[in-house]
Amino acid sequence: MSDAASPMLEIRHISKRFGELSAVNNVSLTINKGEIFALLGGSGCGKTTLLRMMSGFETPSEGSLLIDGEDVSKVPPYQRPVNMMFQSYALFPHLTVAQNVAFGLKQDKLSKAQVQAQVDAMLKLVHMTDYAKRKPNQLSGGQRQRVALARSLAKQPKVLLLDEPMAALDKKLRSQMQLELVDIVESVGVTCVMVTHDQEEAMTMANRVGVMHEGEIMQVGSPSEIYEFPNSRHTAEFIGSVNIFSTKVLHVGAEASQMSCADMACRLTVEGGVNALEGAQLEVAIRPEKITMARTRPEQEDNWVQGKIHDIAYLGGHSVYHIKLPSGMIVMVTTTNINRHAQRLTWEDDVYLYWSAASAVVLYQ
Amino acid sequence: MSKLGARSLIAVPYIWLVLFFLVPFIIVVKISFTEMQYAIPPYTDIVTWADEALTINLNIGNYYYLFTDDLYFWAYISSVRIAFIATICTLLVGYPIAYAIARADSATRNALLMLVMLPSWTSFLIRIYAWVGILKNNGLINNALISVGLIDQPVPMLNTEFAVYVGIVYAYLPFMILPIYANLVKLDNSLLEAAADLGSPPWKTFLKVTLPLSKAGIIAGCMLVFIPSVGEFVIPEMLGGAETLMIGKVLWQEFFNNRDWPVASAVAVIMLLLLLLPITLFQRYQSRQLEA
Amino acid sequence: MQTGRLSNWSKSFLSLGFLFLYAPMVILVILSFNESRLVTVWAGFSTKWYGELLRDPQMLGAAWISLKIAFLSASAAVVLGTMAAIVMVRMGHFRGKTAFASMITAPLVMPEVIIGLSLLLLFVSMGQTLGWPGERGIITIWIAHVTFCTAFVTVVVASRLQEMDQSIEEAAQDLGAPPWKVFFLVTLPIIAPALISGWLLAFTLSLDDLVIASFVSGPGSTTLPMAVFSSVRLGVSPKINALATLIIVTVTMAVFVAWWIAQRSLKQTTHISK
Repeated sequence: MSDAASPMLEIRHISKRFGELSAVNNVSLTINKGEIFALLGGSGCGKTTLLRMMSGFETPSEGSLLIDGEDVSKVPPYQRPVNMMFQSYALFPHLTVAQNVAFGLKQDKLSKAQVQAQVDAMLKLVHMTDYAKRKPNQLSGGQRQRVALARSLAKQPKVLLLDEPMAALDKKLRSQMQLELVDIVESVGVTCVMVTHDQEEAMTMANRVGVMHEGEIMQVGSPSEIYEFPNSRHTAEFIGSVNIFSTKVLHVGAEASQMSCADMACRLTVEGGVNALEGAQLEVAIRPEKITMARTRPEQEDNWVQGKIHDIAYLGGHSVYHIKLPSGMIVMVTTTNINRHAQRLTWEDDVYLYWSAASAVVLYQ
Repeated sequence: MSKLGARSLIAVPYIWLVLFFLVPFIIVVKISFTEMQYAIPPYTDIVTWADEALTINLNIGNYYYLFTDDLYFWAYISSVRIAFIATICTLLVGYPIAYAIARADSATRNALLMLVMLPSWTSFLIRIYAWVGILKNNGLINNALISVGLIDQPVPMLNTEFAVYVGIVYAYLPFMILPIYANLVKLDNSLLEAAADLGSPPWKTFLKVTLPLSKAGIIAGCMLVFIPSVGEFVIPEMLGGAETLMIGKVLWQEFFNNRDWPVASAVAVIMLLLLLLPITLFQRYQSRQLEA
Repeated sequence: MQTGRLSNWSKSFLSLGFLFLYAPMVILVILSFNESRLVTVWAGFSTKWYGELLRDPQMLGAAWISLKIAFLSASAAVVLGTMAAIVMVRMGHFRGKTAFASMITAPLVMPEVIIGLSLLLLFVSMGQTLGWPGERGIITIWIAHVTFCTAFVTVVVASRLQEMDQSIEEAAQDLGAPPWKVFFLVTLPIIAPALISGWLLAFTLSLDDLVIASFVSGPGSTTLPMAVFSSVRLGVSPKINALATLIIVTVTMAVFVAWWIAQRSLKQTTHISK
């Protein structure tokens, strides 16, 4: 989708302060036509404020916001070509499903027939035609979400905003609705910005993810870029689990660079050069599933450690081992449980851990 | 919301309240500094303009009179005392009822609340009047006690302070129960279970957990009973008799019987000053409720 | 607080409490059918006091005036109280909000003699300086009742507004409705039950008020409580028992009808959602 590369939503140096508190701090972001973009972050990271500035419920303290090339920073929410699906769905309790979907269309002074046709089309799109006459309190959680989606798509907005779209659903329904929602949004072709604190949700649904922390966007990229190549300690830790080694740069080379690490008996090698001088402190991240565990010492010269099994979490499909290094550092390793009767390593076993230079990622922030 | 719309939305109730709630108090204060006269209106002007001279006559005689005449002093004291004792009685009657309602299941709860409220939707005056027939010397209670043989002479109950307590507790009970109930119903049961789990016997749990957590409701309920009780007129008038001195009654007589508006105003000003602290206390609670 | 079965303690508190609340009213109802004028002697069943009440032109006139005032006061108080509740709950801080909050909650507890006296003095001063109101009567009672009923309506409506999910109003804006339209299309229908109960509360408060009305009324505007008061002041009057019974029966019936409707609609919605 991103190859279309014509921007639908441009955020330019936007900041939002509530009194002393800075909720969003100098954020710039471009979201392309037809893209599904997820703002991912913990609570209080500013993602909701950013979304509310897109919808018009908050006015930016600084910066501007363009939708389809038009500056809408000062446009009130009821005049923006943007519609939002609220976290609580915010269905009008006194109106039927059909009236809920028709609400926005009626504000546009469309003819009765046009409204009816669009309502029918929307209800069909979300498979809710049979429920048109029901009131919201007579619907299940999943049905309410479909109605909320139909209502926010009815006016054919240029941008669809989703505020924690799955938060009100239980876990089982969530994964099913995630894919269904993506299907609907893609079939309509609307540009979509969603806010979520759930990394799985962001990675399942979005084409691109922006990780937010303390009012700033730390990294923007496809789900795999963000997972495999995190640029900061925060991103690496927020998405999945990670082992982080504190190192000192020994040698910077074009093919590979070497570091020393107090927790390791050998050197730590990463692929390619690093953006630091020799002698500088750097943090290096290695995902637990990239590490191999063995009873014997690996043949490679670098990138291994030796330790004792401190803890094992058996999770069915895979297990997570916590290995205690002589320095006291705990390293996490994930192993896939392929064989049912395999001779597994157990508590207090001495093991060697090793990984390839390509698996290590240097964190610069 | 547009600036203009918001401003006019604020302005309409604001102007009404300033005009019909705030300004009247200022006028009361003003008139409390005038002198009574037999004319229309029955008080003198504070500011007069005569012979090219602006004269301001601040008459503090009314206040002097209030402080020197025993009647007023004792009326204030006994109003506060009666209101205080009656408030404690209302709390003692109301708290267990509020507690019991809060512990019922939700369907029963609503029915019980409705039953608590229902009497106050009928007439206040008539409910107080009902007690006259019950407490009289030849009323229901005395007749019943005499016919059972417990007493031979009727016990005087009407026209005593006791009757006023009964009247206040009876009339104001719902105002005590509702805020306490509203507070107790929000109390998480697992807190009580946690206290029990940690070895606290029920009475201790009540004293250490339930009671402190319902403090806000108790304060609100007590203020809702105490403040209007201090200035109550109907109850002392109908049940208290001539012996019971309360300031609301004094104000009424000053105004309607003696037609002394300036003294009535001074009585009101002092009453208001007396109630300023409890009213502020109540408002702190109430505005927290409104804005929260 | 979670539920359990009521303990015996709770049951006895409740029984005693309700006995205390209802016994005097039941006694009034019984006495209203007593042939004798005395409280103590039962002289046989009779409805003659009802006849006397309904033939009393003063009482009937006063009742009519009270109903008129209560209707008009409740209606105005609902408008003002709703505005005040929105100002309190939905608007952020503005200059003078603390003063506004104080003025809106003070009438809840202010002794009635003070409100009555102060409003009377206002009307007299206004009559002196502005020439209006020249005479006190229904209009001055109406102003007084609107003022103190507004406080009660504000509390009722404000608590409903607080419960209401604010994102519902935002959703309406998001779908293209400007603020005033959001209020009439979404907020108002959702808080309507609170407006109705606020109106009913204001209506009963106005109908019930003796003290304030006594201060601000004028010749020819005797309200029902004023008429009742002047008749019971002298002692027990069987006519008043009949009036009390009529009031109690009316209120009880109204409350039970309202209760029944509320319960039924509650049952319906929970039934379907299952």
